[in-house]
Amino acid sequence: MTKNMDYPSNDITGQKPLNNSLLNNKIMVQGLNLYYGDNQALKTIDIDVYENKITALIGPSGCGKSTFLRCLNRMNDLISSVRVEGTVIIDGKNIYDKDVDEVSVRKRVGMVFQQPNPFPKSIYDNVSYAPLKHGMVKKGHKCDDLVEKSLLQAGLWNEVKDKLAQPGTSLSGGQQQRLCIARTIAVQPDVILMDEPTSALDPISTEKIETLMLELKEKYTIVIVTHNMQQAGRVADHTAFFHMGELIEYADTETIFINPGRKKTEDYITGRYG
Amino acid sequence: MNNIIEPTSEKHQSSQVVNDNPFYDPTLIKRHNKAKRFKFFTIASIVFAICFLVFFLGDMVVKGLPAFQQTYVQIDVTYNKKTIVSTRKAIDKKYRRIVSRAWLRNIPKLVEASPELINTTRKTWVLANHQIDQYMKGHYYKIKDKQLKLIQQMEQQATIKLKFNSLFFTHGDSKTPENSGMLSATIGSILTLIVTMLTAFPLGVMTAVYLEEFAEDNRWTQLIEVNINNLAAIPSILFGLLGLAVFINLLGMPRSSPLVGGLTLALMTLPIIIVSSRAALRSVPDSIRQAGYGLGLTKIQVVQDHVLPLAFPGIMTGSIIGMAQAMGETAPLIIIGMIAFIPDSPSSIFEAATVMPAQIFTWAGMPERAYIERTAAGIMILLSVLISLNTLAIILRKKLEVKW
Ligand SMILES: Nc1ncnc2c1ncn2[C@@H]1O[C@H](COP(=O)(O)OP(=O)(O)OP(=O)(O)O)[C@@H](O)[C@H]1O
Ligand SMILES: [Mg+2]
Repeated sequence: MTKNMDYPSNDITGQKPLNNSLLNNKIMVQGLNLYYGDNQALKTIDIDVYENKITALIGPSGCGKSTFLRCLNRMNDLISSVRVEGTVIIDGKNIYDKDVDEVSVRKRVGMVFQQPNPFPKSIYDNVSYAPLKHGMVKKGHKCDDLVEKSLLQAGLWNEVKDKLAQPGTSLSGGQQQRLCIARTIAVQPDVILMDEPTSALDPISTEKIETLMLELKEKYTIVIVTHNMQQAGRVADHTAFFHMGELIEYADTETIFINPGRKKTEDYITGRYG
Repeated sequence: MNNIIEPTSEKHQSSQVVNDNPFYDPTLIKRHNKAKRFKFFTIASIVFAICFLVFFLGDMVVKGLPAFQQTYVQIDVTYNKKTIVSTRKAIDKKYRRIVSRAWLRNIPKLVEASPELINTTRKTWVLANHQIDQYMKGHYYKIKDKQLKLIQQMEQQATIKLKFNSLFFTHGDSKTPENSGMLSATIGSILTLIVTMLTAFPLGVMTAVYLEEFAEDNRWTQLIEVNINNLAAIPSILFGLLGLAVFINLLGMPRSSPLVGGLTLALMTLPIIIVSSRAALRSVPDSIRQAGYGLGLTKIQVVQDHVLPLAFPGIMTGSIIGMAQAMGETAPLIIIGMIAFIPDSPSSIFEAATVMPAQIFTWAGMPERAYIERTAAGIMILLSVLISLNTLAIILRKKLEVKW
């Protein structure tokens, strides 16, 4: 692990959010290494993600934010060249243990993608499909209720309640993204991962989704990748700065933006990077 | 050097003097002309192709249309015990050379079907033989003077005329041209295609799904992939040899049967279906799969409910192209014996049968003139079946297409 010499070597833990005792560890990542073939994309990442908080991952393009995010619900397993070392402990269980099925991990740790990707099905089916498959509800009233509840939580209900049978793809980009969030919520996960969820959206849709995130964190733990510093500043409780596959700094969002502990972080945040 | 520079600079100057249009570009005329020439050639090739098509179709129709009519003569036919045994005696001697022998041979069956005919003499429209038929259709045929006179006489009395040739659709092949039809070949084709579809479609789609969605990208799958692509390029006659060796000689399936023919064609169609299905699966955006996996769905749920429905129109298209190709295929079927003379329609996939293109091929090789029009008519029927198949496919695809 290479350290920046200007700063104390132990500062990642040093910069941890202060009120540790009030926070619940939801996810504990320890010594996470990830390789794409021979190319190491993540280098010994140690990070704790706290319950009912929004954690933002920032960093220059290609630094491994998406890769790290995908480690948290084992989406990287789908890429055959990937090799993962280390542990990701969620609710006290290492999700990379042999007795853990990655499908059940993904049910508990939902994901929202950069591009809205609704299924080419009706709005209703988009939301109800996964809960039905998971056997959480049966077709009928319960299912209708779940769909309504999820769409309400995603702040989309009023816009789509009269056209649930229309294809999800007939919605606008921002609405589609909220539909994807509703779809994720419907499975009732504990954690929601969002990979640049607003980068394809206009400012108004972006604001809606940011407001939504702030509401959702009451019930869920959210990890979000963003390239938008203001967005991180607006919504995130904690922010982690990645650089070249390393976690450079992880602290309260305020600390990161106002008083970063490391020079690289400061350079990146002030736009002097590169 | 000067010589080279001067003319261009002169041109440049003169153009500036004559033309103060800031968008003027002297090279443009040349470039536009080039584009025009190119456009002309593309249009010319389309026109050429269309002409060819029109000529081909026109020729087929002109040659084939007469086959949908057939000459009949109205004569007295006597039905009794004697004529059932020796059917030639059922009609007057002078008509014997203008009436179809195949029709006469059918008299016992006629009587059996309607016993009230026995011991009566009735005026009946009787099928004329193919020489007379061809003469009536205006083709030159060597006919003896005696018959010629008789025909002219009958024409005046309107006791000889062309009628719609329903035999062509209700009869199988025959050694007498006027009595031959497409029915057994059509049924043979249908049975064969059913076998092909039922085997090649599921096998091909399954293989494609495995290779595209489940298989890891390693040496084995690459080897399989290369072989499948090669398979698509193998001359079809080799599939016939394979079918002969495996299905008939090794597995002992009945020779000439739609079962063997269908399986052989399935071998041929399989690579087409696999390749096109894989392309269709690959064109399904990965984001759909990611979305599914992100919700904790299993692989089979993602593939079955999200990927396959999106790929289905493409899979259909490929399969129908494969089917259409199989339908027009003759060579491999000759090898497994489906070119046999089959007068009766097969009633199961285990009986000997022939298929439409093979029937056309057989007729094309016959010496009698009457088979020429039958060949063309057969091609017309085959083409219209293919066209309706494709139309059906397009309609199906439009209906099934998931809007998104
Ligand atoms: N499927 C893959 N196969 C091989 N290498 C990959 C793959 N995905 C990402 N990488 C590599 O891993 C590194 C990190 O990629 P990652 O997508 O995590 O970056 P990122 O921080 O999300 O960038 P961005 O902000 O542009 O989305 C990059 O160097 C990239 O080349
Ligand atoms: Mg990324």
